[in-house]
Amino acid sequence: MFVILAVILVGASLMVVAQRNPVYSALFLILAFLGLAGQFVLLQAQIIAVLQVLVYAGAIMVLFLFVVMLLNVRDRQAPEAKLRWQKLFGLILTIILFGLVAVTVAGEVRLGPQGEFTPQRLAELGNAQVFGKLLFTDFLFLFEATSVLLLVAMIGAMVLARRRPLGASSPPPAASSRAD
Amino acid sequence: MSFTVPLSWYLVLSAIVFSIGVAGVLLRRNALVIFMCIEIMLSGVNLSFIAFSRFLHSMSGQIFFFFVMTVAAAEVAVGLAIILTIFRSRESVDVDEVNLLRG
Repeated sequence: MFVILAVILVGASLMVVAQRNPVYSALFLILAFLGLAGQFVLLQAQIIAVLQVLVYAGAIMVLFLFVVMLLNVRDRQAPEAKLRWQKLFGLILTIILFGLVAVTVAGEVRLGPQGEFTPQRLAELGNAQVFGKLLFTDFLFLFEATSVLLLVAMIGAMVLARRRPLGASSPPPAASSRAD
Repeated sequence: MSFTVPLSWYLVLSAIVFSIGVAGVLLRRNALVIFMCIEIMLSGVNLSFIAFSRFLHSMSGQIFFFFVMTVAAAEVAVGLAIILTIFRSRESVDVDEVNLLRG
């Protein structure tokens, strides 16, 4: 099961990079996120898998697809790449990076002290219950800070996506009847 | 499922996914696809968070996933708004054409 989900995840991620059309890239990205959610279920993090599907594969990807459709980018090839060696160097650097990370990670991993939430304990308490209890007790301040972050991001996105810049003079009354 | 997958498999898978994301950011020129590849990189890191959370018997990794996810959502919202603004002024989302800062 791990291997199947890993193949889905890696294959879909590769297709995201390889596809020429951004819409197909976005659809393959959804597939990759679903594969990742399956991995989370295997790791006994059910609430995380649900969040992954809802927020990533749902909300974020809908936003992506919406913008892709909104921009309606023509399939227009750039006349020539301005940086000729970009692709070659990019591939080489990626392979070097992967080699370094893999060598670091593939060896014997010495784990630190183990926490209290063994799989058995987690199974009887319930993953979502433990997650919620921790989030609203130990990590309450971070949770509230996150809400401020989301608010700022929301306001920022709306300000950036406005048609008229913020300090611009207000339009004449005839034009302002049209909803912005 | 009696066979348990060792931790290093998850870490290698996470490294593979992260590297694919890096390759996408370096190779593609469409700003939207670059954003998707950043999401792939974040997913790779999230996978190792959850794997460590499972193997260390700790919930901190899962809590951290929650915050990474929130930051990713905020980043996507702001980033897509920026891409939208660039598209309005330049009729293109090709990052090679956004060279106003070039000296």
